[in-house]
Amino acid sequence: MSGGATTTGVTRAEYCVVACAEAWRHSGEILASPMGTVPAIGARLAKLTFAPDLLLTDGEALLIGDVPALGARAQVVEGWLPYRQHLALVATGRRHVMMGAGQIDRHGNQNISCIGDWARPARQLLGVRGAPVNTLNNTTSYWVPKHSPRAFVEQVDMVCGVGYDRAAEAGPSATRFHHVPEVVSNLGVFDFATPDHSMRLRSRHPGVTVEQILKATGFALTVPDEVPYTREPATEELRLVREVIDPKGARDREVPA
Amino acid sequence: MSDKTMTAEQVVGRLRSGMTLGIGGWGSRRKPMALIRALLRSDVTDLTVVSYGGPDVGLLAAAGRIRTLVAPFATLDSVALEPHFTAARQRGAFDLVELDEAMFMWGLTAAAQRLPFLPVRAGLGSDVMKVNPHLRTVTSPYEDAEELVAVPALCLDAALVHLNRADPQGNAQYLGPDPYFDDLFCQAAAASYVSCERIVDTADLLKEAGPQTLLIKRAFVNGVVQTPNGAHFTSCVPDHDRDEAFQQAYARAARDAQAWQGFSERFLSGDEEAYQAAVKAFHEEQQS
Repeated sequence: MSGGATTTGVTRAEYCVVACAEAWRHSGEILASPMGTVPAIGARLAKLTFAPDLLLTDGEALLIGDVPALGARAQVVEGWLPYRQHLALVATGRRHVMMGAGQIDRHGNQNISCIGDWARPARQLLGVRGAPVNTLNNTTSYWVPKHSPRAFVEQVDMVCGVGYDRAAEAGPSATRFHHVPEVVSNLGVFDFATPDHSMRLRSRHPGVTVEQILKATGFALTVPDEVPYTREPATEELRLVREVIDPKGARDREVPA
Repeated sequence: MSDKTMTAEQVVGRLRSGMTLGIGGWGSRRKPMALIRALLRSDVTDLTVVSYGGPDVGLLAAAGRIRTLVAPFATLDSVALEPHFTAARQRGAFDLVELDEAMFMWGLTAAAQRLPFLPVRAGLGSDVMKVNPHLRTVTSPYEDAEELVAVPALCLDAALVHLNRADPQGNAQYLGPDPYFDDLFCQAAAASYVSCERIVDTADLLKEAGPQTLLIKRAFVNGVVQTPNGAHFTSCVPDHDRDEAFQQAYARAARDAQAWQGFSERFLSGDEEAYQAAVKAFHEEQQS
Protein backbone atom coordinates (compact mmCIF):
# COMPACT_ATOMS: atom_id res chain seq x y z
CA MET A 1 0.00 0.00 0.00
CA SER A 2 2.28 2.75 -1.09
CA GLY A 3 -0.51 4.43 -3.04
CA GLY A 4 -0.95 8.17 -2.55
CA ALA A 5 2.53 9.31 -1.72
CA THR A 6 4.18 8.02 -4.87
CA THR A 7 1.41 8.75 -7.34
CA THR A 8 0.60 12.31 -6.34
CA GLY A 9 3.88 13.35 -4.73
CA VAL A 10 2.16 14.18 -1.45
CA THR A 11 4.56 13.63 1.44
CA ARG A 12 3.75 12.03 4.78
CA ALA A 13 4.26 15.40 6.45
CA GLU A 14 1.60 16.88 4.18
CA TYR A 15 -0.92 14.19 5.08
CA CYS A 16 -0.15 14.97 8.71
CA VAL A 17 -0.71 18.69 8.10
CA VAL A 18 -4.10 18.01 6.52
CA ALA A 19 -5.06 15.62 9.33
CA CYS A 20 -4.16 18.25 11.93
CA ALA A 21 -6.03 20.96 10.03
CA GLU A 22 -9.16 18.77 10.04
CA ALA A 23 -9.13 18.84 13.87
CA TRP A 24 -10.23 22.49 13.71
CA ARG A 25 -12.81 22.11 10.88
CA HIS A 26 -15.95 22.65 12.96
CA SER A 27 -14.41 24.73 15.75
CA GLY A 28 -16.00 28.06 14.79
CA GLU A 29 -14.79 31.30 16.35
CA ILE A 30 -12.31 30.03 18.92
CA LEU A 31 -8.56 30.14 19.49
CA ALA A 32 -6.55 27.44 17.72
CA SER A 33 -3.45 26.66 19.83
CA PRO A 34 -1.11 24.37 17.93
CA MET A 35 2.02 23.04 19.65
CA GLY A 36 4.65 21.79 17.22
CA THR A 37 5.45 22.54 13.60
CA VAL A 38 2.96 20.32 11.76
CA PRO A 39 -0.02 21.38 13.92
CA ALA A 40 1.01 25.03 13.43
CA ILE A 41 0.91 24.56 9.65
CA GLY A 42 -2.36 22.66 10.00
CA ALA A 43 -4.05 25.43 12.00
CA ARG A 44 -2.98 28.04 9.43
CA LEU A 45 -4.19 25.85 6.60
CA ALA A 46 -7.57 25.42 8.32
CA LYS A 47 -7.84 29.19 8.78
CA LEU A 48 -6.98 29.87 5.12
CA THR A 49 -9.51 27.33 3.84
CA PHE A 50 -12.45 25.77 5.67
CA ALA A 51 -12.23 27.43 9.13
CA PRO A 52 -11.77 31.15 8.45
CA ASP A 53 -13.21 32.23 11.82
CA LEU A 54 -10.37 30.69 13.85
CA LEU A 55 -8.24 32.94 16.03
CA LEU A 56 -4.47 32.46 15.81
CA THR A 57 -1.58 33.78 17.88
CA ASP A 58 1.96 34.75 16.93
CA GLY A 59 3.18 32.18 19.46
CA GLU A 60 3.67 34.97 21.99
CA ALA A 61 1.20 37.54 23.24
CA LEU A 62 -0.55 38.70 20.06
CA LEU A 63 -3.63 37.54 18.18
CA ILE A 64 -2.82 37.90 14.50
CA GLY A 65 -5.22 39.01 11.81
CA ASP A 66 -3.28 37.63 8.86
CA VAL A 67 -1.75 34.23 8.19
CA PRO A 68 2.01 34.66 7.71
CA ALA A 69 4.45 31.96 6.68
CA LEU A 70 5.97 29.90 9.49
CA GLY A 71 8.64 32.01 11.18
CA ALA A 72 7.57 35.25 9.46
CA ARG A 73 6.18 38.21 11.37
CA ALA A 74 2.47 38.94 11.26
CA GLN A 75 1.55 42.22 9.58
CA VAL A 76 -1.86 42.50 11.22
CA VAL A 77 -2.59 42.33 14.96
CA GLU A 78 -6.22 41.86 16.01
CA GLY A 79 -5.85 41.28 19.72
CA TRP A 80 -3.73 40.91 22.83
CA LEU A 81 -3.34 37.61 24.62
CA PRO A 82 -0.55 37.62 27.20
CA TYR A 83 0.00 34.45 29.26
CA ARG A 84 -2.38 35.29 32.04
CA GLN A 85 -5.22 36.10 29.63
CA HIS A 86 -4.38 32.92 27.74
CA LEU A 87 -4.76 30.86 30.93
CA ALA A 88 -8.03 32.64 31.71
CA LEU A 89 -9.27 32.07 28.14
CA VAL A 90 -8.80 28.32 28.63
CA ALA A 91 -11.37 28.42 31.44
CA THR A 92 -13.91 29.98 29.07
CA GLY A 93 -13.60 26.98 26.76
CA ARG A 94 -13.15 29.09 23.62
CA ARG A 95 -10.01 27.27 22.59
CA HIS A 96 -8.96 24.05 20.92
CA VAL A 97 -5.37 23.14 21.72
CA MET A 98 -3.33 20.47 19.99
CA MET A 99 -0.61 19.48 22.46
CA GLY A 100 2.37 17.17 22.15
CA ALA A 101 2.70 14.01 24.21
CA GLY A 102 5.79 12.24 25.48
CA GLN A 103 3.45 9.38 26.33
CA ILE A 104 -0.23 8.78 25.66
CA ASP A 105 -2.41 5.81 26.66
CA ARG A 106 -5.52 4.15 25.25
CA HIS A 107 -7.86 6.38 27.28
CA GLY A 108 -6.15 9.58 26.16
CA ASN A 109 -4.13 10.30 29.29
CA GLN A 110 -1.06 12.29 28.27
CA ASN A 111 2.34 12.80 29.87
CA ILE A 112 4.88 15.56 29.21
CA SER A 113 6.25 15.74 32.75
CA CYS A 114 8.73 12.92 33.24
CA ILE A 115 9.53 9.31 32.35
CA GLY A 116 9.80 6.80 35.17
CA ASP A 117 9.09 7.33 38.85
CA TRP A 118 7.95 10.91 39.46
CA ALA A 119 9.85 11.16 42.77
CA ARG A 120 13.11 10.50 40.96
CA PRO A 121 12.52 10.32 37.23
CA ALA A 122 14.72 8.40 34.83
CA ARG A 123 14.16 11.27 32.42
CA GLN A 124 12.75 14.64 33.39
CA LEU A 125 10.78 16.35 30.63
CA LEU A 126 8.99 19.70 30.68
CA GLY A 127 6.68 19.39 33.67
CA VAL A 128 2.86 19.28 33.56
CA ARG A 129 2.66 22.78 32.00
CA GLY A 130 -1.01 23.60 31.24
CA ALA A 131 -2.14 20.08 30.40
CA PRO A 132 -4.38 19.63 33.47
CA VAL A 133 -6.20 22.96 32.95
CA ASN A 134 -6.47 22.43 29.20
CA THR A 135 -8.03 18.99 29.32
CA LEU A 136 -10.68 19.92 31.86
CA ASN A 137 -11.72 23.19 30.24
CA ASN A 138 -11.29 23.26 26.48
CA THR A 139 -11.09 20.86 23.58
CA THR A 140 -7.70 19.14 23.55
CA SER A 141 -6.18 17.06 20.75
CA TYR A 142 -2.70 15.59 20.52
CA TRP A 143 0.07 15.42 17.96
CA VAL A 144 2.77 12.73 18.14
CA PRO A 145 5.33 13.03 15.33
CA LYS A 146 7.06 9.70 16.12
CA HIS A 147 4.50 6.96 16.69
CA SER A 148 6.19 4.21 18.70
CA PRO A 149 5.47 1.84 21.60
CA ARG A 150 7.44 4.26 23.79
CA ALA A 151 4.95 7.03 23.06
CA PHE A 152 1.74 4.98 22.80
CA VAL A 153 1.92 3.17 26.14
CA GLU A 154 -0.36 0.98 28.23
CA GLN A 155 -0.13 3.46 31.10
CA VAL A 156 1.52 6.89 31.19
CA ASP A 157 4.01 7.51 34.00
CA MET A 158 2.38 10.80 35.06
CA VAL A 159 -1.11 11.89 34.05
CA CYS A 160 -0.74 15.52 32.92
CA GLY A 161 -3.49 15.75 30.29
CA VAL A 162 -6.54 13.93 31.64
CA GLY A 163 -7.98 11.06 29.61
CA TYR A 164 -11.53 9.74 29.52
CA ASP A 165 -11.18 7.12 32.27
CA ARG A 166 -9.48 9.46 34.71
CA ALA A 167 -11.97 12.27 34.05
CA ALA A 168 -14.88 9.89 34.67
CA GLU A 169 -13.25 8.68 37.88
CA ALA A 170 -12.82 12.25 39.11
CA GLY A 171 -16.53 13.00 38.71
CA PRO A 172 -18.89 15.49 37.05
CA SER A 173 -16.73 18.59 37.58
CA ALA A 174 -13.97 16.89 35.63
CA THR A 175 -16.16 15.55 32.81
CA ARG A 176 -18.30 18.70 32.43
CA PHE A 177 -16.14 20.29 29.73
CA HIS A 178 -13.74 17.41 29.03
CA HIS A 179 -13.35 16.67 25.32
CA VAL A 180 -10.43 14.92 23.64
CA PRO A 181 -11.55 14.42 20.04
CA GLU A 182 -8.43 13.03 18.45
CA VAL A 183 -4.79 12.11 18.27
CA VAL A 184 -2.79 12.60 15.08
CA SER A 185 0.53 10.80 14.59
CA ASN A 186 2.91 10.34 11.69
CA LEU A 187 1.13 7.04 10.96
CA GLY A 188 -2.56 7.84 11.31
CA VAL A 189 -5.48 9.53 13.00
CA PHE A 190 -7.06 8.14 16.16
CA ASP A 191 -10.17 8.98 18.16
CA PHE A 192 -12.08 7.76 21.21
CA ALA A 193 -15.38 6.96 19.49
CA THR A 194 -15.81 3.60 21.21
CA PRO A 195 -18.29 2.58 23.95
CA ASP A 196 -15.62 2.87 26.67
CA HIS A 197 -13.78 5.83 25.07
CA SER A 198 -10.70 3.76 24.38
CA MET A 199 -8.53 4.72 21.43
CA ARG A 200 -9.64 3.70 17.95
CA LEU A 201 -7.85 3.88 14.64
CA ARG A 202 -9.84 6.29 12.48
CA SER A 203 -7.62 6.56 9.44
CA ARG A 204 -4.14 5.59 8.29
CA HIS A 205 -2.00 7.84 6.22
CA PRO A 206 -1.43 6.59 2.66
CA GLY A 207 1.64 4.33 2.64
CA VAL A 208 0.99 3.03 6.16
CA THR A 209 -0.35 -0.44 6.94
CA VAL A 210 -2.59 -1.36 9.86
CA GLU A 211 0.04 -3.91 10.93
CA GLN A 212 2.64 -1.16 11.06
CA ILE A 213 0.39 0.90 13.34
CA LEU A 214 -0.40 -2.04 15.63
CA LYS A 215 3.30 -2.83 15.94
CA ALA A 216 4.08 0.78 16.87
CA THR A 217 1.32 0.94 19.50
CA GLY A 218 1.99 -0.38 23.01
CA PHE A 219 -1.65 -1.11 23.87
CA ALA A 220 -4.66 -2.86 22.35
CA LEU A 221 -6.02 -0.46 19.77
CA THR A 222 -9.57 -0.73 18.47
CA VAL A 223 -9.40 -1.31 14.72
CA PRO A 224 -12.56 -1.18 12.63
CA ASP A 225 -13.06 -3.71 9.82
CA GLU A 226 -12.48 -1.05 7.21
CA VAL A 227 -9.76 1.51 7.90
CA PRO A 228 -9.95 4.43 5.50
CA TYR A 229 -6.99 6.45 4.37
CA THR A 230 -6.44 9.94 5.67
CA ARG A 231 -7.86 12.20 3.00
CA GLU A 232 -5.80 13.60 0.15
CA PRO A 233 -4.98 17.29 0.30
CA ALA A 234 -6.71 19.36 -2.38
CA THR A 235 -4.47 20.97 -5.00
CA GLU A 236 -5.11 24.41 -3.51
CA GLU A 237 -4.31 23.11 0.00
CA LEU A 238 -1.00 21.72 -1.23
CA ARG A 239 -0.18 25.05 -2.84
CA LEU A 240 -0.96 26.92 0.39
CA VAL A 241 1.19 24.58 2.46
CA ARG A 242 4.13 24.52 0.04
CA GLU A 243 4.16 28.11 -1.17
CA VAL A 244 2.42 30.23 1.45
CA ILE A 245 2.57 28.66 4.92
CA ASP A 246 5.74 26.54 4.90
CA PRO A 247 7.91 27.47 1.92
CA LYS A 248 11.07 26.45 3.81
CA GLY A 249 9.80 22.90 4.38
CA ALA A 250 9.90 22.83 8.18
CA ARG A 251 7.22 20.10 8.04
CA ASP A 252 9.72 17.67 6.50
CA ARG A 253 12.10 18.10 9.41
CA GLU A 254 9.37 17.13 11.89
CA VAL A 255 8.08 14.27 9.75
CA PRO A 256 10.72 12.99 7.32
CA ALA A 257 9.19 11.54 4.15
CA MET B 1 9.19 60.08 49.00
CA SER B 2 11.62 57.33 49.74
CA ASP B 3 14.34 56.55 47.26
CA LYS B 4 14.46 52.76 47.04
CA THR B 5 17.40 52.40 44.70
CA MET B 6 19.94 49.84 45.80
CA THR B 7 22.49 47.41 44.40
CA ALA B 8 21.89 43.77 43.56
CA GLU B 9 24.14 42.89 46.50
CA GLN B 10 21.97 44.93 48.84
CA VAL B 11 18.89 43.07 47.60
CA VAL B 12 20.55 39.75 48.27
CA GLY B 13 21.56 41.08 51.69
CA ARG B 14 17.86 41.22 52.52
CA LEU B 15 17.34 37.55 51.64
CA ARG B 16 17.82 34.74 54.15
CA SER B 17 18.40 31.03 53.85
CA GLY B 18 15.16 29.06 54.11
CA MET B 19 13.03 31.80 52.53
CA THR B 20 10.27 31.26 49.99
CA LEU B 21 11.38 33.22 46.94
CA GLY B 22 9.15 34.09 43.97
CA ILE B 23 10.89 34.79 40.66
CA GLY B 24 9.06 36.66 37.88
CA GLY B 25 9.26 36.20 34.11
CA TRP B 26 8.31 33.06 32.20
CA GLY B 27 10.61 30.32 30.89
CA SER B 28 13.57 32.08 29.32
CA ARG B 29 11.83 35.47 29.19
CA ARG B 30 12.47 38.56 31.31
CA LYS B 31 14.04 36.73 34.21
CA PRO B 32 15.81 38.85 36.89
CA MET B 33 19.10 37.18 36.00
CA ALA B 34 21.41 39.85 37.43
CA LEU B 35 19.70 39.39 40.80
CA ILE B 36 19.99 35.61 40.44
CA ARG B 37 23.70 35.97 39.65
CA ALA B 38 24.11 38.14 42.77
CA LEU B 39 22.23 35.50 44.76
CA LEU B 40 24.64 32.85 43.45
CA ARG B 41 27.56 34.93 44.79
CA SER B 42 26.01 34.93 48.28
CA ASP B 43 25.65 32.04 50.72
CA VAL B 44 21.83 32.21 50.80
CA THR B 45 20.55 28.67 50.35
CA ASP B 46 17.80 26.18 51.36
CA LEU B 47 15.30 28.17 49.30
CA THR B 48 11.74 27.38 48.30
CA VAL B 49 11.67 28.77 44.76
CA VAL B 50 8.32 29.65 43.16
CA SER B 51 8.70 30.21 39.42
CA TYR B 52 7.42 29.68 35.90
CA GLY B 53 10.84 28.16 35.53
CA GLY B 54 13.67 29.06 33.19
CA PRO B 55 17.42 29.40 33.67
CA ASP B 56 16.76 31.03 37.07
CA VAL B 57 15.68 27.62 38.29
CA GLY B 58 18.49 25.90 36.38
CA LEU B 59 21.27 28.04 37.86
CA LEU B 60 19.95 27.87 41.42
CA ALA B 61 19.44 24.10 41.11
CA ALA B 62 22.95 23.58 39.74
CA ALA B 63 24.36 25.55 42.68
CA GLY B 64 22.38 23.47 45.17
CA ARG B 65 20.41 26.41 46.54
CA ILE B 66 16.93 24.93 46.16
CA ARG B 67 15.30 22.80 48.84
CA THR B 68 11.82 22.91 47.27
CA LEU B 69 10.76 24.02 43.82
CA VAL B 70 7.16 25.08 43.14
CA ALA B 71 6.68 25.15 39.35
CA PRO B 72 4.56 23.96 36.43
CA PHE B 73 7.64 23.58 34.17
CA ALA B 74 11.21 24.65 33.54
CA THR B 75 12.28 25.44 29.99
CA LEU B 76 14.58 27.63 27.94
CA ASP B 77 11.80 28.07 25.31
CA SER B 78 13.95 27.78 22.17
CA VAL B 79 15.76 24.92 23.94
CA ALA B 80 12.90 22.79 25.21
CA LEU B 81 14.50 21.23 28.28
CA GLU B 82 16.43 23.15 30.95
CA PRO B 83 19.48 20.87 31.35
CA HIS B 84 20.37 21.81 34.95
CA PHE B 85 16.73 21.38 36.00
CA THR B 86 16.40 17.97 34.34
CA ALA B 87 19.72 16.77 35.79
CA ALA B 88 18.79 18.01 39.27
CA ARG B 89 15.42 16.25 39.10
CA GLN B 90 17.06 13.04 37.90
CA ARG B 91 19.43 13.02 40.86
CA GLY B 92 16.64 13.93 43.31
CA ALA B 93 18.34 17.20 44.25
CA PHE B 94 15.24 18.98 45.56
CA ASP B 95 11.59 18.45 46.45
CA LEU B 96 9.14 19.42 43.75
CA VAL B 97 5.65 20.86 44.10
CA GLU B 98 4.51 20.37 40.52
CA LEU B 99 1.44 22.45 39.74
CA ASP B 100 -0.47 23.16 36.55
CA GLU B 101 0.20 26.61 35.00
CA ALA B 102 -3.28 27.89 35.88
CA MET B 103 -3.23 26.41 39.38
CA PHE B 104 0.04 28.27 39.91
CA MET B 105 -1.54 31.54 38.73
CA TRP B 106 -4.53 31.15 41.05
CA GLY B 107 -2.21 30.23 43.93
CA LEU B 108 -0.36 33.50 43.46
CA THR B 109 -3.66 35.33 43.07
CA ALA B 110 -4.95 33.86 46.33
CA ALA B 111 -1.81 35.03 48.11
CA ALA B 112 -2.10 38.51 46.56
CA GLN B 113 -5.73 38.77 47.70
CA ARG B 114 -4.99 37.37 51.16
CA LEU B 115 -7.23 34.35 50.61
CA PRO B 116 -6.28 30.88 51.88
CA PHE B 117 -7.12 29.28 48.53
CA LEU B 118 -9.01 29.73 45.27
CA PRO B 119 -11.20 27.08 43.63
CA VAL B 120 -10.22 25.80 40.17
CA ARG B 121 -11.29 22.94 37.93
CA ALA B 122 -7.71 22.27 36.81
CA GLY B 123 -5.97 19.40 38.52
CA LEU B 124 -8.97 17.07 38.93
CA GLY B 125 -8.24 13.66 37.44
CA SER B 126 -4.57 14.45 36.86
CA ASP B 127 -1.57 13.14 38.79
CA VAL B 128 -0.95 16.67 40.06
CA MET B 129 -3.34 15.60 42.84
CA LYS B 130 -1.35 12.42 43.45
CA VAL B 131 2.13 13.96 43.59
CA ASN B 132 0.82 16.78 45.83
CA PRO B 133 -1.00 14.90 48.57
CA HIS B 134 -1.39 18.19 50.46
CA LEU B 135 -3.89 19.44 47.84
CA ARG B 136 -7.53 19.40 48.94
CA THR B 137 -10.80 19.74 47.10
CA VAL B 138 -13.73 21.96 48.04
CA THR B 139 -17.43 21.52 47.31
CA SER B 140 -19.39 24.44 45.92
CA PRO B 141 -21.88 25.64 48.56
CA TYR B 142 -24.37 26.45 45.80
CA GLU B 143 -26.88 24.22 44.06
CA ASP B 144 -24.40 22.88 41.52
CA ALA B 145 -22.39 21.27 44.37
CA GLU B 146 -19.39 20.95 42.07
CA GLU B 147 -16.24 19.53 43.57
CA LEU B 148 -13.24 21.71 42.71
CA VAL B 149 -9.58 21.89 43.62
CA ALA B 150 -8.73 24.37 46.39
CA VAL B 151 -5.37 25.77 45.25
CA PRO B 152 -3.58 27.01 48.37
CA ALA B 153 -2.18 30.53 48.38
CA LEU B 154 1.45 30.74 47.24
CA CYS B 155 2.64 33.24 49.85
CA LEU B 156 6.16 34.52 49.20
CA ASP B 157 8.72 35.94 51.61
CA ALA B 158 10.31 37.84 48.74
CA ALA B 159 9.85 38.37 45.01
CA LEU B 160 12.47 39.20 42.38
CA VAL B 161 11.35 40.60 39.01
CA HIS B 162 12.99 42.39 36.07
CA LEU B 163 11.25 45.08 34.03
CA ASN B 164 12.22 47.59 31.36
CA ARG B 165 11.90 50.80 33.38
CA ALA B 166 11.29 51.88 36.96
CA ASP B 167 11.43 55.09 38.92
CA PRO B 168 13.45 55.35 42.15
CA GLN B 169 10.28 54.82 44.22
CA GLY B 170 9.51 51.44 42.64
CA ASN B 171 6.85 52.21 40.05
CA ALA B 172 7.82 49.77 37.33
CA GLN B 173 7.00 49.55 33.64
CA TYR B 174 7.12 46.75 31.08
CA LEU B 175 7.53 47.73 27.42
CA GLY B 176 7.24 44.30 25.84
CA PRO B 177 4.04 42.52 24.78
CA ASP B 178 3.57 40.43 27.94
CA PRO B 179 3.49 41.48 31.61
CA TYR B 180 3.89 37.82 32.59
CA PHE B 181 2.87 37.63 36.25
CA ASP B 182 5.36 40.06 37.74
CA ASP B 183 2.85 42.32 39.51
CA LEU B 184 1.17 39.25 40.97
CA PHE B 185 4.52 37.98 42.31
CA CYS B 186 5.08 41.38 43.98
CA GLN B 187 1.59 41.43 45.47
CA ALA B 188 1.99 37.87 46.78
CA ALA B 189 5.29 38.70 48.52
CA ALA B 190 6.12 40.27 51.88
CA ALA B 191 8.96 42.14 50.14
CA SER B 192 9.63 42.72 46.44
CA TYR B 193 12.71 43.80 44.53
CA VAL B 194 12.58 45.15 41.00
CA SER B 195 15.60 45.22 38.74
CA CYS B 196 15.28 47.16 35.53
CA GLU B 197 17.12 48.12 32.36
CA ARG B 198 17.02 51.78 33.31
CA ILE B 199 15.83 53.90 36.24
CA VAL B 200 14.06 57.06 35.05
CA ASP B 201 12.37 60.00 36.73
CA THR B 202 8.71 59.41 37.50
CA ALA B 203 7.84 62.25 35.13
CA ASP B 204 9.55 60.38 32.28
CA LEU B 205 7.73 57.06 32.71
CA LEU B 206 5.09 57.86 30.11
CA LYS B 207 7.51 59.20 27.51
CA GLU B 208 7.93 55.78 25.92
CA ALA B 209 4.48 54.18 26.34
CA GLY B 210 0.98 54.57 27.74
CA PRO B 211 -0.14 54.30 31.39
CA GLN B 212 -1.26 50.68 31.03
CA THR B 213 2.42 49.69 30.83
CA LEU B 214 2.91 50.82 34.44
CA LEU B 215 2.63 47.30 35.78
CA ILE B 216 3.91 47.51 39.35
CA LYS B 217 2.95 50.10 41.96
CA ARG B 218 5.52 51.41 44.41
CA ALA B 219 3.44 50.29 47.41
CA PHE B 220 4.49 46.74 46.53
CA VAL B 221 8.19 47.42 46.01
CA ASN B 222 10.98 47.51 48.58
CA GLY B 223 14.00 47.96 46.36
CA VAL B 224 14.89 49.08 42.83
CA VAL B 225 18.10 48.08 41.05
CA GLN B 226 19.35 49.44 37.74
CA THR B 227 20.96 46.50 35.90
CA PRO B 228 21.27 47.15 32.15
CA ASN B 229 21.09 43.85 30.25
CA GLY B 230 20.10 42.42 33.62
CA ALA B 231 17.77 39.81 32.15
CA HIS B 232 20.57 38.41 29.99
CA PHE B 233 20.55 35.81 28.50
CA THR B 234 16.76 35.70 28.67
CA SER B 235 14.68 38.12 26.58
CA CYS B 236 13.71 41.60 27.70
CA VAL B 237 12.05 43.07 24.62
CA PRO B 238 12.14 45.73 23.30
CA ASP B 239 15.43 46.44 25.09
CA HIS B 240 16.97 43.16 24.01
CA ASP B 241 16.01 39.79 22.56
CA ARG B 242 17.03 36.50 24.05
CA ASP B 243 20.74 35.87 23.43
CA GLU B 244 20.25 32.62 21.53
CA ALA B 245 23.97 32.02 20.86
CA PHE B 246 24.78 32.44 24.53
CA GLN B 247 21.83 30.34 25.61
CA GLN B 248 23.05 27.56 23.31
CA ALA B 249 26.48 27.78 24.92
CA TYR B 250 24.87 27.70 28.38
CA ALA B 251 22.76 24.66 27.52
CA ARG B 252 25.71 22.81 25.97
CA ALA B 253 27.91 23.49 28.99
CA ALA B 254 25.15 22.54 31.42
CA ARG B 255 24.95 19.04 29.93
CA ASP B 256 28.55 18.24 30.89
CA ALA B 257 30.16 18.64 34.32
CA GLN B 258 33.58 19.61 33.03
CA ALA B 259 32.22 22.02 30.45
CA TRP B 260 30.02 23.57 33.12
CA GLN B 261 33.01 24.18 35.35
CA GLY B 262 34.72 26.04 32.53
CA PHE B 263 31.59 28.03 31.70
CA SER B 264 31.05 28.84 35.36
CA GLU B 265 34.63 30.05 35.83
CA ARG B 266 34.49 32.17 32.72
CA PHE B 267 31.11 33.81 33.26
CA LEU B 268 29.99 33.40 36.86
CA SER B 269 33.10 33.75 39.00
CA GLY B 270 33.14 37.56 39.02
CA ASP B 271 30.61 40.33 39.61
CA GLU B 272 27.91 41.54 37.22
CA GLU B 273 30.30 43.88 35.44
CA ALA B 274 32.70 40.99 34.84
CA TYR B 275 29.79 38.87 33.58
CA GLN B 276 28.70 41.49 31.05
CA ALA B 277 32.31 41.95 29.90
CA ALA B 278 32.72 38.18 29.47
CA VAL B 279 29.48 38.06 27.45
CA LYS B 280 30.82 40.84 25.21
CA ALA B 281 34.06 38.92 24.71
CA PHE B 282 32.05 35.77 23.94
CA HIS B 283 30.26 37.57 21.12
CA GLU B 284 33.47 39.05 19.75
CA GLU B 285 34.86 35.51 19.55
CA GLN B 286 31.71 34.36 17.73
CA GLN B 287 32.23 37.12 15.17
CA SER B 288 35.82 36.25 14.37
